[in-house]
Amino acid sequence: MAAELPAEADVVIVGAGPAGLAAAAELRALGMPRVLVLDRAREAGGVPRVCAHSPYGFREFRRLMFGPAYARALRDRAFSAGARIVTGAAVSRLLPGPRVEVTTDATGMIEIHARAVLLATGTRERARSGRLIGGTKPGGVMVTGALQNLVYGGHRRPFRRPVILGTELVSFSAILTCKHAGIRPAAMVEPGTRITARRYSAELPRVRGIPPWTNTEVIAVEGADAVTAIHVRQGTTQRQIEADGLVTTGCFRPEAHLAQIAGLEIDPGTGGPAVDDGGRTSAPGVYAAGNVLRPVETAGWCWREGLGVARVIAADLATRSRPELERAPIVVSGSALRYVMPKYISGADTRAFDVLQARVMRPVKGRLGVCVGTSEFAGRRLDTLPERRLTLALPRVSNQTMTVRLEDDARHAHESVRP
Amino acid sequence: MTISRQYDVAVIGAGVVGCALARRYALAGADVVLIEKAADILDGASKANSAILHTGFDAPPGSLEQACIAEGYDEFMAIRERLNLPVLKTGALVIAWTDEEEAQLSRLMEQARQNGVTDFRRLTREETLAAEPQLSPTLRASFRVPREVVIDPWSTPLAYLKQAIALGAVLMRSAEVKAGRFDGNAWGLDTTQGTLKANLVVNAAGLYGDIVDQRLVRENTFTIRPRKGQFVVYDKPAAALTHHILLPVPTKTTKGIVVCPTVFGNVLVGPTAEEQDARDRADLVPETLDALRRRGEQILPALAAQEITAVYAGLRPATEEKEYRISHRADLNYVTVGGIRSTGLSSALGTATHVFRLTERLAQWPPPDAVPWPSVPNISESAPRDWHSAGHGGMVCHCEMVTEREVAAALSGELGAKSLAGLKRRTRVTLGRCQGFHCLHRLAEMTERHFDTPIAMPLGDHGR
Repeated sequence: MAAELPAEADVVIVGAGPAGLAAAAELRALGMPRVLVLDRAREAGGVPRVCAHSPYGFREFRRLMFGPAYARALRDRAFSAGARIVTGAAVSRLLPGPRVEVTTDATGMIEIHARAVLLATGTRERARSGRLIGGTKPGGVMVTGALQNLVYGGHRRPFRRPVILGTELVSFSAILTCKHAGIRPAAMVEPGTRITARRYSAELPRVRGIPPWTNTEVIAVEGADAVTAIHVRQGTTQRQIEADGLVTTGCFRPEAHLAQIAGLEIDPGTGGPAVDDGGRTSAPGVYAAGNVLRPVETAGWCWREGLGVARVIAADLATRSRPELERAPIVVSGSALRYVMPKYISGADTRAFDVLQARVMRPVKGRLGVCVGTSEFAGRRLDTLPERRLTLALPRVSNQTMTVRLEDDARHAHESVRP
Repeated sequence: MTISRQYDVAVIGAGVVGCALARRYALAGADVVLIEKAADILDGASKANSAILHTGFDAPPGSLEQACIAEGYDEFMAIRERLNLPVLKTGALVIAWTDEEEAQLSRLMEQARQNGVTDFRRLTREETLAAEPQLSPTLRASFRVPREVVIDPWSTPLAYLKQAIALGAVLMRSAEVKAGRFDGNAWGLDTTQGTLKANLVVNAAGLYGDIVDQRLVRENTFTIRPRKGQFVVYDKPAAALTHHILLPVPTKTTKGIVVCPTVFGNVLVGPTAEEQDARDRADLVPETLDALRRRGEQILPALAAQEITAVYAGLRPATEEKEYRISHRADLNYVTVGGIRSTGLSSALGTATHVFRLTERLAQWPPPDAVPWPSVPNISESAPRDWHSAGHGGMVCHCEMVTEREVAAALSGELGAKSLAGLKRRTRVTLGRCQGFHCLHRLAEMTERHFDTPIAMPLGDHGR
């Protein structure tokens, strides 16, 4: 629980989820003296804490675990390694120095000075308002995370027959949460032409007797105090689903407001802070790891990023003077690419990321390649969808231009060759 | 039915105007009851506005509206520090985007002068862009009205009411006035919470003003024609994009779409002006919200990279005419305060004083021994918040930085919140980017037994 906070630390980690806790344990293992992890929640562990049903932990602990046990294991590992974890500590601002402004019940608002700050603030689902859903504003409209907090954290049930909007992995997680609480969703609706996470879970709604509707947009919520119906549009026809709630699932965005307000460079493609291959942001001494970098990867993936960035932080701090960032941008070519992460190459020996991560904006068939100077370093054929993670080996370069190019078959078919 | 109690003044409707009226009569020593139909105060037109305290520079010269705004503005500024009410001293830029609009700037400045607002300054395109560099360079010219400011739309009326209650006023919630009789000396009012008596009745029922008139005096001097306004709200990082209220050149019917900072650290874009019949619902329309988003991006292109974290819609109690519809029936000890369309927050204190003067003949009440100045908790970003000081009990709402201590305080006392909407207006809970992800569970626990409509039922509970 909240305790007195130190006025300074070597590394302050904002966020005690998989990335932050992994980084904390690793920094301690590398001999970093004062590692302080701050989390605004009342318990450490991040999102897995409220995912009572998903498989976790294989990469980290070599066994399959449920979310809460996995969260505890991560926390115990960081704690045993000697990291200090303070929960109920809400970071309100990231300041130059770097410093963080934080508040706890015990301290009120104080500033903590650090040699390095790691932002591991994770991700959040897009709520109703960000989706511009119309109608009235009764209670009972919430994101999956809020539902899970209510059900697993509070043993409460906000509705009995909600509509689930979205068909991402988390949408199926919402269905399982509903089942746990004796809630029977009235329908699962997807604006796109197909179920997003079909490889994993396409059969689940049918098995549970929940009609999955594709090509279906939620246009309005009906009801004064509580939801009475959800209005949807299927092509040109509108219909009404009798329901007493709406779960808006997925459409993750990085929880990057600390970085935004502090004026860090934000990558418009990811929505998170732009980083180099060491997880360094545009602010001296400020690093980022995990889902704050981009929406959204698995806990295991974020954990590994936390380890990687921790090693970079340790190496940077060991050189005493912080290295001048002689970083080169990775040039991106191809309009179907939503983002390429990292955005810069540092040329430093220690790297946080071995691979480039990319995503497309629409279904694409084509070829993805990475070039150093004029020669191709790696490349492969693609037949991919927006929700799939794409990776390519990240070349070690210095003083040479690196280009990531997506050649879209469809574009070549329709366009004449450009000069 | 409870035993009827005798009041000097009954004010119907706990919107911003009703709260200001209750305060004005309580300050004069009257025994006041404020009667509200909804579960909590500010549940009608006053729940959704653009939170601007206008100078009235663009009001019709010589109008009652203009007079009430001017007087209301001055009184707000005179009392706001004692009530702990914040002001964001932004100033407004009235921006012309076309040749036609540019041609109207002179007329608008002349109108401002007639309205006693003389401290404006005309700015060229370059000067405007120097003042607000994120504005679209397609603008033509502007003028700056320095005293247009942004205030807290919810704490302000709450503070008026809090002062009234400190002076002995009584608030009745979930109490709808169904009927009434005037016996030549006093009114008997039948409400859903029992009957009461009052010498003077002031109808400040907003969207239901004509209906209350019909029920009590069986005649209407106006008909309410609700005018919907939709808004989109951008997340805190957008606050860096403008430090002014950005006003368009107004048309005959509306002040137009405003881009405006809020005291909570956001930027809002709105309102629309859409006439409708329903008085009890303000539907959000995706296409309209999207049009607002595009309009905002035309004015401040950098909004395109910012996230919309809230959308809302409100109804203004418009009538057949633009002017306020305040009428006094001296023979019936009855005043109707109607048609306070869109400037109610700015004019409320002035309107209350105007109405008080109309009924001064009745003001034979002993003045209060002392005037209390209860302060409201600051929930704005203009002054230290509760989370700055220790012992706050931890955060309930992380996005808006609302503490457990604040929520507990807002639920307690005579003015304690009676609905989630009321709690939002007192504390900002759930208004932020996550829209309840973190706080809903704790709020469900903390508000148990406080609200008629609970946030969520315990899992073992099969009733709903």
